[in-house]
Amino acid sequence: MNKMNQTSQMMTGNLAAAWGARLADVDYIPGFPITPQTEIVETLSKWCDSGEVNARFVTLDSEHSMMTAAGAAAATGARVFTATSSQGLLHAFEVLYTVAGWRVPFVLVNVSRALASPITLEPDHNDVLAARDSGFLQIHAETCQEVLDSILMAYRIAEDPRVCLPAMVNLDGFYLSFTREPVIVPDPQAVKTFLPPFRPAHLGFKGSAPRALGPAVFGGSVYSYFRHQMHLAAMNGLQVHEEAAVEFERLFGRRYGLVEAYKLDDAEDVLVMTNAFASKGKAAVDAARAEGKRVGLLRLRVIRPWPAEAIRQALQGRRAVAVLDQNLAPGQGGILYQEIAACLYHGAQRPRALCSFIGGLGGKNISEGEFRSVFEQTAEAGARGTGIGPVLLYTEGEHREMEQLQYLAHDLKTGK
Amino acid sequence: MTWEPHIFKELHQIPREEHVFPGTPLCAGCGGLESLRLASKVLGSRVVYINAAGCFTNLASFPFTPLDASWLYTTMGSAPAGAQGVRDALDVLIAKGRLPKDEDVKVVVLAGDGSTYDMALSSTSGAITRKLDFYYFCYDNEAYGNTGVQLSPSTPYGARTTTSPCSVQHPAGSTQEKKDIFEIWRAHRPPYMATVSPRFPLDLEEKFARAADYPGPKLFLAFAACPTGWLFDPAYTPDVARLAVECGIWPLKEAINGEVTHTYVPKRRPVEEYLKLQGRFRHLFEPARQEEAIKHIQDRVDSYWEKVKA
Repeated sequence: MNKMNQTSQMMTGNLAAAWGARLADVDYIPGFPITPQTEIVETLSKWCDSGEVNARFVTLDSEHSMMTAAGAAAATGARVFTATSSQGLLHAFEVLYTVAGWRVPFVLVNVSRALASPITLEPDHNDVLAARDSGFLQIHAETCQEVLDSILMAYRIAEDPRVCLPAMVNLDGFYLSFTREPVIVPDPQAVKTFLPPFRPAHLGFKGSAPRALGPAVFGGSVYSYFRHQMHLAAMNGLQVHEEAAVEFERLFGRRYGLVEAYKLDDAEDVLVMTNAFASKGKAAVDAARAEGKRVGLLRLRVIRPWPAEAIRQALQGRRAVAVLDQNLAPGQGGILYQEIAACLYHGAQRPRALCSFIGGLGGKNISEGEFRSVFEQTAEAGARGTGIGPVLLYTEGEHREMEQLQYLAHDLKTGK
Repeated sequence: MTWEPHIFKELHQIPREEHVFPGTPLCAGCGGLESLRLASKVLGSRVVYINAAGCFTNLASFPFTPLDASWLYTTMGSAPAGAQGVRDALDVLIAKGRLPKDEDVKVVVLAGDGSTYDMALSSTSGAITRKLDFYYFCYDNEAYGNTGVQLSPSTPYGARTTTSPCSVQHPAGSTQEKKDIFEIWRAHRPPYMATVSPRFPLDLEEKFARAADYPGPKLFLAFAACPTGWLFDPAYTPDVARLAVECGIWPLKEAINGEVTHTYVPKRRPVEEYLKLQGRFRHLFEPARQEEAIKHIQDRVDSYWEKVKA
């Protein structure tokens, strides 16, 4: 429908996120500011005031309260949008689990920012991945367009009666949140076709029909029943995502997979990445291919539910796989590396080597040289048949700069 | 000027209809539940209770609830934010024609003193500042009761809890003064707030009925005599609740737009009569009387009422 007539406009990832909420025709937006997410709630608050969005916007007193209000409003039957980042997500942590257990669908945008300490502003994924076991679905976006589109898809998947779970859409702070890219704003009428109104039969508080939500349970068997239900519903999300992706492509001409394969067809070594830095990874793949190396990139897009089969399909038979985690579990290594390793274990044609690299923490750049080194080390590991890692990416230049800062800190302290 | 009830002047005027039914998992003699039962006679069944973690969380234990109203368990620190989300969503759905106006419900936070006095204070302050139209019902049993009676910011001076034992260093038990949550609320100037006791049912019902005229945040601090935590026989719950008021320890009052009225001025019997009924204060009398501690409690009460008179 009108695929050819769609014109794009330049917008930041944050504005694209606000557009996603606007097109989803949300009813309620509890907000709280935090860098680098704030532009989302600023934009939505303006649109609610001007009437461009027919929703109530309320500033809460914390992210903990904000997430509670979001879940409670969804439990009452409203379509809810909210957004946060980093420390805010962690401040709301117990509520993430609580509202997921209520089985209330709504969409939360997380703008990734590395966690304190030391406190900082630029992105990595320790924030969003900390929430991987909360029961929220997770879609990680690479571009501003994908941010907008994923929010629409997230509502459709979350609200599907086979799923009924809240969903998180992740975009990287600074690299997407403040970066303008061309974004096509989908036709609102077509969005209505894609995303029918939210009319949940199992939610809501009515005077004539009392209903208890979130009651206590006693005994592990009752508890386990409800938790198993959450897991099974989340797994349904794989099929529901595929259906949504087909319909999305039919209406808007863009197709999103659970994972994205970039130049994988003949690749013998594969780099696995997520989010905005995958664009750097793709450029590195192009550069390596120009030098005659058969490499490709697998971008993980849907993180929860975990698309184990799609990942196996993409990685089986490769010589070596390098997982570049933009997160660090101290004392363990890369979070996604572990999940990839687990899902490859039963594959008949496992890659000969699985390597773990840690890069991009706190928004640290990954240079062309570092990518080249990643590909070289991965190729060697594949030839050898044993994986390596976790390798902590840090260049000599960065190390020299850090030493200078340490000299400065020392001199200031000692007065020398 | 003495405070007069306008609606509830005789006991028979209290609705006979029940909304809190027998068979709850709460302790025998729970004074908090008695207050809730009386409150619900005015609030009715068109209510959604937004619960914070505490003793009352046990009320809705799957698959049972003793209430004919709706229920949403949230967290210990954010029940007022849950009330915000529900109230806002109800307003939006009614405005958009997706919920008939006659299906509307009152939003009532149901929280203990642990949540009310400390953990949910930010969430509460936010809700009052935003002028959220809701009731806040705190059953105040002056300790973290559901976890086995530990010191809470509501625990009064001289009470023994499992984390404020009477010891050589602290022979009186708790050395803190009970936090004045009423004044913390009042500083926000909500339209209506009151303290209630289930042994003064007409006073209690009258306050809930009057509060209905005030859109916005409405606080009810309910005295919740706690046999399990305060160590007395459940049969004495009414006596403890009555003496708390008659000794002047639990003033019955309301504040409309911040202006305080004491709804009952007791003749003030000695606080000893109240303290002696409860095991949590027993160390003040046995094996040796702690005169200083008892006097301290009496002086605090006297000084409160002197300020009221002035």
